[in-house]
Amino acid sequence: MSRGRRIVITSGKGGVGKTTTTANLGSALARRGRKVVLVDADIGLRNLDLVLGLEKRIVFDLVEVAEGRCSLRAALIKDKRFDDTLWLLPAAQTRDKESITQEQMERITRELAEGVDYVLIDCPAGIEHGFRNAIAGAEEAIVVTTPEVSAIRDADRIVGKLGERQLPTRLIVNRIRPELVKAGDMLSVEDVCEVLGLELLGIVPDDEDVIDTTNRGEPVALADGTRLAAIYAKIARRLEGETVPFTSLEPQGFLGRLWGALAG
Amino acid sequence: MAEQQAAAAIPPEDLDSASAGAEQTAQRQAAPQTLGTAIVVTSGKGGVGKTTSTANIGAALALRGRSVCLIDADVGLRNLDVVLGLENRVSRHFLDVIEKKCELDDALVKDKRVPSMMLLPAAQTREKDDVRTADMVALVEELRKRFDYVLIDSPAGIEMGFKNAVAGAQRAIVVTTPEVSAVRDADRVVGLLPKGIEVQLIVNRLRPQLVRRGKMLSVAQVDEILRLPLLGVVPDEPEVVVATNRGEPVSLDPSSRTGEAYRRAVARLEGEQVEIEDYSAEGGFFEKLAAWIGGRR
Amino acid sequence: MNWMDALLRFFRPAPSGAVAKERLRLVLLSDRINLAPEVVDQLRGDLIATISRYMEIDEIGLDVTFETRENDVALLANIPIKGVRARPLPPPMPAAPPAPSDAATGAVDLAEAAEEPASEHASEPAAPRKRRTKSR
Repeated sequence: MSRGRRIVITSGKGGVGKTTTTANLGSALARRGRKVVLVDADIGLRNLDLVLGLEKRIVFDLVEVAEGRCSLRAALIKDKRFDDTLWLLPAAQTRDKESITQEQMERITRELAEGVDYVLIDCPAGIEHGFRNAIAGAEEAIVVTTPEVSAIRDADRIVGKLGERQLPTRLIVNRIRPELVKAGDMLSVEDVCEVLGLELLGIVPDDEDVIDTTNRGEPVALADGTRLAAIYAKIARRLEGETVPFTSLEPQGFLGRLWGALAG
Repeated sequence: MAEQQAAAAIPPEDLDSASAGAEQTAQRQAAPQTLGTAIVVTSGKGGVGKTTSTANIGAALALRGRSVCLIDADVGLRNLDVVLGLENRVSRHFLDVIEKKCELDDALVKDKRVPSMMLLPAAQTREKDDVRTADMVALVEELRKRFDYVLIDSPAGIEMGFKNAVAGAQRAIVVTTPEVSAVRDADRVVGLLPKGIEVQLIVNRLRPQLVRRGKMLSVAQVDEILRLPLLGVVPDEPEVVVATNRGEPVSLDPSSRTGEAYRRAVARLEGEQVEIEDYSAEGGFFEKLAAWIGGRR
Repeated sequence: MNWMDALLRFFRPAPSGAVAKERLRLVLLSDRINLAPEVVDQLRGDLIATISRYMEIDEIGLDVTFETRENDVALLANIPIKGVRARPLPPPMPAAPPAPSDAATGAVDLAEAAEEPASEHASEPAAPRKRRTKSR
């Protein structure tokens, strides 16, 4: 029986923050001393390596492991910012999503889970091969969405597919802009939860720091003292079963003491 | 033609361009051998603005009097209908047409705001693999006989959905945001486009203040990496969120800044010499947000 | 915010968030319905069963579809009627759970026993049993 929890981070819609969430949640868990392996399942369009700043250290990848051309151990990249608690299994860049089977994915993640606390699988956008492969290796799911019609619509389809496989699923609402919610020009977290009917795991506000940290390959979860680092730390705690209240978010900038939204 | 090229930007209500477009459409109808141009809008990375760009480029072309068909190639996860605000009018889709379950006219959704623009929706309950490339190419050819422009909204990724979207196109518009993952994926996609296809770039969701502070790639930096002719630069503005909420493409709003960026891109698409916008002197996103919320209609 | 703003706000269109929420509700309704053909089949079966209590219908010619419209999604049922019953048949009794040891016989016995009072009112005595099964 595998020891670690195997969780897929998925969304349907591209660009809502799956990779960012995987990198940051993984980092936050590793910071707490948990052993975490991050798996990039976006074969052909890998980005988890870039977001973690590990792109120059890739030697082998997921497809080569699946094809038996290298050992799993050889492909894992240890993130030196952590004390032996975070590794990355990168995707292949020059192959595509049909280069691996669901069975292979399941076998690899199960093997990974034996030595660690968490295997977080970064799912590609879409609901076909890449998605099916990614969820094949998982026992739980986190759906990431932004508070926009297209993203929620796609997330709803994903929730349906996850339900077919009976994967316990929780929700992260990403890139919420409290000022726009307050002005009535963005769906609220409550709206999103109501529509998707999922248990809320986290709320992450839109934040300029994410773009910059992605460009530099330094997950914002490691930027001590920032509000996002605190938020990801809370999400990690919630994932571990703690009841953590959602933080009150003051809108950034010029709107002062107006109604604050929730985040965390 | 000369007076059009002299103008920096064509206002939507310019009669000359509208009548030129109408003339072109009439010419096509009279001489069916003149095929329209099929353009695929793609990116690799999801969420950078392919669908939004397709909708807005289509609308801007229609405003200039061109006849445009927008194909949503994202089978299973369609959203072009929602971005256009036409989701309630979708009944059939292009797979039904290919499989001869209905006529093309049954599937085409006319946009009441710009009658020369039509949407050919994707199926929501099918898969991208259900579409054969040859059938897609044939469909695009058929549409080229009827429309000045056929814009194909590609799904994210580089799999079958992307391959089918690209198959029938003569031109490609690659959309990216000024952010490393997106640029990397765009680069990959450019490498996968068929030879002979004319490729141009749109840089979307630019935040000039972040660029100034060195926290975001500049347009020049993006262009340096991708080395593509620049079709347009669209700033990141809250009005786009509102527009998507309402299903009203910004191109149709004469007072919209992002709409203006798309209209200028379309002018360039049609061969006009229009200067690329320089947003570097602008205020920051959150300043704009506050001002916009405070003073919006 | 002065009185002018308050007045303008009264006349402004609904905030786009509310518009988005309503559009999302409808689009999800439409998506979810179209993605559950088995559920639609069950619905069709239940419709046939219920309407058949009141009239004789042409099950082959029956057509159940969903139409997405401007403000809602509508269930459209086109049901050819062959005849109207003098009196509506009673609703079917809920099926009794099978007995653990002698499942088949036990279930039939219980069902027949439950049926007897109903058959007194039925204009077609054989009908209640047949109507109880879900047609597909």
